[in-house]
Amino acid sequence: MSVEKQELEKVVIKFAGDSGDGMQLTGMQFTGTSALLGNDIATFPDYPAEIRAPQGTVAGVSGFQVHIGQTQVLTPGDHADLLVAMNAAALKANLDFVPVGRTIILDTDNFKRRDWEKAGFETDPLSSGVLDNYNVIEAPITSLTKTALSDMGMDNKTVVRSKNMFALGMVYWMFSRPMTHTEKFLSDKFGNKAPIVAEANIKAMRAGYNYAETIEALSSAFTILPCDLEPGTYKNVMGNQATAWGFLAAAEKAGLDLFLGSYPITPASEILHEIAAYKHFGAKAFQAEDEIAGVVSAIGASFAGNLAITTTSGPGLALKTEGLGLATITELPLVVVDVQRGGPSTGLPTKTEQSDLLQALYGRNGESPLVVIAASSPANCFDFAFEASKIALEHMTPVILLTDGYLGNGSQPWKIRTMSELPEIKPNFVPDNLREEWLPYMRDKETLARYWGIPGQVDYIHRIGGLEKDELTGNVSYDPINHEHMVKTRAEKVRRVANSIPNVLVDGEQEGDLLVVGWGGTYGSLLTAINQYEGEKGKKIGLAHFNYINPLPKNTAEVFGKFKKIIVCELNDGQFIHVLRSNVPGFKYDRFNKIQGLPFTVTELHDAFNKIISED
Amino acid sequence: MIETKEINYTPKDFSSDQEVKWCPGCGDYAILKAVQKAMPLIGKKREDVVFVSGIGCSSRFPYYMDTYGFHGIHGRAPALASGVKLANPDLSVWQITGDGDALAIGGNHFIHAIRRNMGLNILLFNNRIYGLTKGQFSPTTDLGHKTKSSPQGVIDNPFHPGELILGAQGTFFARAVDINPRHLTDVVVEAEEHEGTAVIEVLQNCIIFNDKVFSEFTAKENKDEALLYLEHGKPMIFGKEGNKGLRLNGLEIEVVTIGENGVTLDDLIVHDAHKVNPTMHFMLVRLEYPMVLGVIRSIEQEPFEQRLTKQVEQVEKQSPFKNMDDLLLSGETWDIK
Repeated sequence: MSVEKQELEKVVIKFAGDSGDGMQLTGMQFTGTSALLGNDIATFPDYPAEIRAPQGTVAGVSGFQVHIGQTQVLTPGDHADLLVAMNAAALKANLDFVPVGRTIILDTDNFKRRDWEKAGFETDPLSSGVLDNYNVIEAPITSLTKTALSDMGMDNKTVVRSKNMFALGMVYWMFSRPMTHTEKFLSDKFGNKAPIVAEANIKAMRAGYNYAETIEALSSAFTILPCDLEPGTYKNVMGNQATAWGFLAAAEKAGLDLFLGSYPITPASEILHEIAAYKHFGAKAFQAEDEIAGVVSAIGASFAGNLAITTTSGPGLALKTEGLGLATITELPLVVVDVQRGGPSTGLPTKTEQSDLLQALYGRNGESPLVVIAASSPANCFDFAFEASKIALEHMTPVILLTDGYLGNGSQPWKIRTMSELPEIKPNFVPDNLREEWLPYMRDKETLARYWGIPGQVDYIHRIGGLEKDELTGNVSYDPINHEHMVKTRAEKVRRVANSIPNVLVDGEQEGDLLVVGWGGTYGSLLTAINQYEGEKGKKIGLAHFNYINPLPKNTAEVFGKFKKIIVCELNDGQFIHVLRSNVPGFKYDRFNKIQGLPFTVTELHDAFNKIISED
Repeated sequence: MIETKEINYTPKDFSSDQEVKWCPGCGDYAILKAVQKAMPLIGKKREDVVFVSGIGCSSRFPYYMDTYGFHGIHGRAPALASGVKLANPDLSVWQITGDGDALAIGGNHFIHAIRRNMGLNILLFNNRIYGLTKGQFSPTTDLGHKTKSSPQGVIDNPFHPGELILGAQGTFFARAVDINPRHLTDVVVEAEEHEGTAVIEVLQNCIIFNDKVFSEFTAKENKDEALLYLEHGKPMIFGKEGNKGLRLNGLEIEVVTIGENGVTLDDLIVHDAHKVNPTMHFMLVRLEYPMVLGVIRSIEQEPFEQRLTKQVEQVEKQSPFKNMDDLLLSGETWDIK
């Protein structure tokens, strides 16, 4: 078939291969190069939970999807415009994801009978007709790489490892990208230790670039122009990295040392890795013996005056439950990051899900309210890590920050903040005029936050703990009236955080027929969906996307009242909808849920919107 | 509030205004007194001392000390204490725990705290029973012992706390008894002087649920013949007459009497608490008779927080990022105008 002229504005490329084929690195290189050219980007790494699943099987396929555009890109994309499949299993796993007419690059060296059988094809996909409606570029990538590197005196295994760079070179040519960024990366990475490896990889990439030019791969090879982002200095960040930096920035702003107590868990570990690198900023990354020690060591550090945080994912949050109760009753500042993944139990460790909202809100014994907020893009993980710290320190409460695997591993251009433009953080220390009369549970009258008296200061020697506290002295109290008073006070303190948070904003129409409601990591998908919505004529659709969940923004009910119908869209079986039904009563909430470990696609959202709008 | 212009404390300065609520006759009273007596000798400012605990009878201890205190959750005190110490290494951090809190529900935190060798002092009150939950067996209860949850007798093998601590690479382990608070005070002071994690096992009587559990060693009529107080560099002697001692026989320790069968003072083992090889220390903690008390092991090893400080200094020298703005603007950036 003839090569279809593809749209220039935005393109989704998916690199897929065996989990040992270096697809994540390949994808990230393409992302980095594109970002430097000023494209907007969104990425989605999709890799197996097993480090090395059986080679050549669908279970072992690792993919990296990048969406690049000259206009704003909000999601990693629903479908691939270009699929690079390094073997038959990669094709099998991703074919449904490539609409007909789009381009597929295949490494034909990995499409032998043995390969396609292992991948689960019944017949040879290269001849069976399944690829008839695609623009297929059949390239013997492995053998071409071998030939290109034949004079380098390297063993076969090392040579074959460079095949991902050959494929990357091809894609660079097809999208008119320069190779300089990756050449520099390879020289920096291997230059000193193994210059021959750097040389081999660069040679393979150039060979791929030249090969694509020679065969005129995708004659409609096109250029994507820079995106129209707001002016400023940008860099490419991943969500977990942005989260770590948000905390580092908050600690510096608050004038405190940062303490992270954490136990490694997918997909949250990168936050631990990142913070461990900045010890000299006063950041202490303590890799604890388990999740419980992660949160409890952070509580100890908070008692002793640090900005204390702990990072985890769903199963780890379950283990931190008891510690969170302790932080709630001792009213100490603490931030818990939950990079959510599919559950229950071990669930889907490497797949995304908005799995833990109800756990975050309610998963503790007793009446133990705390603040729950959620980031909504890889880049704004920075802002919400900063904000979570600010709320914790100023309101003397634990805060759970929900991100997810899709945000944590995804990347995006980030408009760099400087320290001077970030808001102040004023920890709720004991004011000087209260130094004499201070008692451990004295509170700020506005916020109800108790004052933070820190060890090392003679005026604030005191004892706290997990037993119920007297309302002023903090001494153990079994008094019935005091207990009820304290339960209500702790709840009211959390409610009053609503006075310090912004209103929820509405994207799209400000009033009308359908309000789409979402929270956290689905913002990009939902915004794209309402922006592109052309369903029933004259129907007005808006999006209210929540970053603040407990407490909810004060204008929530007012916003909901401006629309005829409300649909709550979540990547779970319906959790936020429970919260809204009990906390914002009086509205009829419809729902759209997806629980497949994958982000929403715009198409399925449009179908859901159409269905609800057409119902009467 | 007491002014602390200069450090000239008395034990009373460390006694809080809270009513002590242990059962009358509980061994914990003597331990509390001994620790309050040790504090002025240690000489740390009250505001620089933090007592941390988990759950159990012993864990009420921080409420009774007029220092900073944190009564935590069951078994997790080592993590709480580690966070306090890392947040502010200048603090003197004490963890109070029991045989259930440290060795059952908190076993994981306990061994890892010891392995890291952070500057923590851990007082392990061992009464071989669960008191606060009213009389179930603990990980140190003797085999066969009948309790509420073992009406036919315990069939779990008990831990020797000392073995666990040595096995976890402990750098300081001492044992004391509630009936000799003066000795306990000395050991507490030594623990604070040790850099790294110091664990003191205090054999303590629970008058309600496990009364006289240690009486074969601690009863008036037995203690001289059944307790051996170790001193570094001194031969291991005990007994009312001071004529009994410990001698090495192959890979076993045996009790001998000086003057009998040609045994002289020179035959006795001389205690070396500083020996890095823990073999002898293992033998001492396992010894069933006599019960060995005092500092069994005390070796020098750079504590966790000092290693951390070194790393911080090294990163400071090497890192291209001197402040947050350096970091935020690092790597490949591009401008959009």
